[in-house]
Amino acid sequence: MGYPSAMMLRTDNLTLARGGVPVLTGLSLALAPGQALILRGPNGAGKTTLLRSIAGLQPPLAGRIEGAQDRIAYAAHADGLKAMLSVTENLTFWARVFGHTDITPALDAFDLHGLADRLAGTLSAGQKRRLGLARLLVTGRPVWVLDEPTVSLDTGAVALFAEALRAHLRQGGSALIATHIDLRIEAQVLDITPFRATSATRAGASDEAFL
Amino acid sequence: MSIWSYANPVKFLTLSARVQPVLWVLSLAFVATGLIWGFFGTPEDYRQGATVKIIYLHVPAALMAINAWFMMLVASLIWLIRRHHVSALAAKAAAPVGVVMTVIALLTGAIWGQPMWGTWWAWDPRLTSFLILFLFYLGYIALWEAVEDPDTAADLTSVLCLVGSVFAVLSRYAVQFWNQGLHQGTSVPVATGGRSVDDVFFYPLVLCMIGFGLLFIALVFYRTGTEIRLRRAAALRARAGRAA
Amino acid sequence: MRALLIRDLTLALRAGGGFGLGLAFFLIVTVLVPFSVGPQAELLQVIAPGVLWLGALLACLLSLDRLLALDFEDGTLDLLVTAPLPLEAALSVKALAHWLTTGLPLVLAAPVLGVLLNLAPPGYLWLVASLALGTPALSVIGCFGAALTVAIKRGGLLLSLLVLPLYVPTLIFGAEVARRGAGGQEVTTPLLMLAGITCAVIALMPFASAAVLRMGLR
Repeated sequence: MGYPSAMMLRTDNLTLARGGVPVLTGLSLALAPGQALILRGPNGAGKTTLLRSIAGLQPPLAGRIEGAQDRIAYAAHADGLKAMLSVTENLTFWARVFGHTDITPALDAFDLHGLADRLAGTLSAGQKRRLGLARLLVTGRPVWVLDEPTVSLDTGAVALFAEALRAHLRQGGSALIATHIDLRIEAQVLDITPFRATSATRAGASDEAFL
Repeated sequence: MSIWSYANPVKFLTLSARVQPVLWVLSLAFVATGLIWGFFGTPEDYRQGATVKIIYLHVPAALMAINAWFMMLVASLIWLIRRHHVSALAAKAAAPVGVVMTVIALLTGAIWGQPMWGTWWAWDPRLTSFLILFLFYLGYIALWEAVEDPDTAADLTSVLCLVGSVFAVLSRYAVQFWNQGLHQGTSVPVATGGRSVDDVFFYPLVLCMIGFGLLFIALVFYRTGTEIRLRRAAALRARAGRAA
Repeated sequence: MRALLIRDLTLALRAGGGFGLGLAFFLIVTVLVPFSVGPQAELLQVIAPGVLWLGALLACLLSLDRLLALDFEDGTLDLLVTAPLPLEAALSVKALAHWLTTGLPLVLAAPVLGVLLNLAPPGYLWLVASLALGTPALSVIGCFGAALTVAIKRGGLLLSLLVLPLYVPTLIFGAEVARRGAGGQEVTTPLLMLAGITCAVIALMPFASAAVLRMGLR
């Protein structure tokens, strides 16, 4: 299977704020189907803010985001899993929210068959993370927006994730990933440090009017 | 120059500094004249005796308690639609003034009610409505205090103010339905022109109402200025912290 | 949408607390009333409709902060916002789930507790009818309060402060139906008002709830 639309994800001259203070300005990026883009930058540079904005969770102060509407599958530090539901139930729920029913490929890709009937609350941190990433597959969304996806994964699980990611890209999907480790996939790298807002470029802050 | 240019905090402070002295002097003059005239220059009511004179505090306070909420509603709408910071901060600044007016209205009402109706409190529709209004004010202020990010706080309180207004009106009718009351009809029906208060009592009362209105505006100007300066200080601190 | 409803109901049943807690609270409040006002049957008969309504309202309030807070903590809300389901619909479904697990059991338990408070015989029907009509409004309004306070640390108490004034009209008309019903009086007017409030709240409130939730998650 492949993803039908061949739309680019673009951001145009974005200014993003965290807590009312701009952290990134003038950020433009483009992501074509089949491509992956790795975001780098020190802690606090605004990676999470950028990913949340592209996922539509917070509006940018200025600039535009195109090709993101209803095409994003977002995964962050919290996996949105319910401890009192089994692995299958958690995945089935998210699949149905996104209008799908088949969760077998996701269980295959992240080697979760052995855990299928365990309650999510009884899983280890790494196993939970695998379940959280398996959720990406059941959404059927073409653009993955991932914030530190490999936290608490062991090397084997990282390899599983990289394989799932490669398959996703082969099908014409794309991915925007903030990570510090080398996933060994073919990807462009974007260092967002140059886009950090400085005192000279902080126009548009919500408290600007008060200065 | 459009009126919106005063939505700029700095412009607002300049304007505020210019009109505030006038407002303070005028409002105090009106309140003082109204109260002195009312307390010493009017005859005692043949039924109510001297207790009737509490009307000069009670009615203006009650009037402003409602109008303060109305002003907050308008300011909240302006914030939600046009996102002018001054508007949001003016709504925030008006709330505590509104609470104080509500408390004055409730207290003077109780003090008046004791000799007149023989009870400090009755679950009369008007009294109950004011009590509910008081609760709405408390919730509104508490929400402002609880949210850390000032813009988010402005957003959330604005929506609460809108929803609260609908429910406040609804409560008013519910309470009226629930208990027909002791309280007399409105003292100054503006729309009909008729009034239940005699001229002798009426003119000082009008002075007091104008005075309370001006006092409210002056207080809101003053408090909004304080809020703006607080935000300015926070903004400067944020910049200084980042530069270091 | 059905998936979300099923999930919320399953969670409420499995996690234990959500389902029985409100009901137990309702029972205890009702039982405590005679201890505080005395055991006279006539007095209890007079106050029974009001006490039962107030107890149901407080029991409803008790479980509100779980309505969204749990989903906020584990990141489900963020993911729901990015899902194809409109947030308004998601919140309506969550309010429905809250009503099914909290409001409906209260409606069913109310007649039993009515016996304890010596409720007048004609009152049972109207008590159940008024609670069945009114408790959905409590869940939907509560959902708005939960959305307002979801991003606030320790927002539970604030939630009560914000939601209780909004409950006033529902409480007045609901208890009035039950009271008039128990007294054998005409109930049409308050019943229609109660139904009107519930319908209006169900139709409009999810939009306000979704708006404040988006603001809060930002």
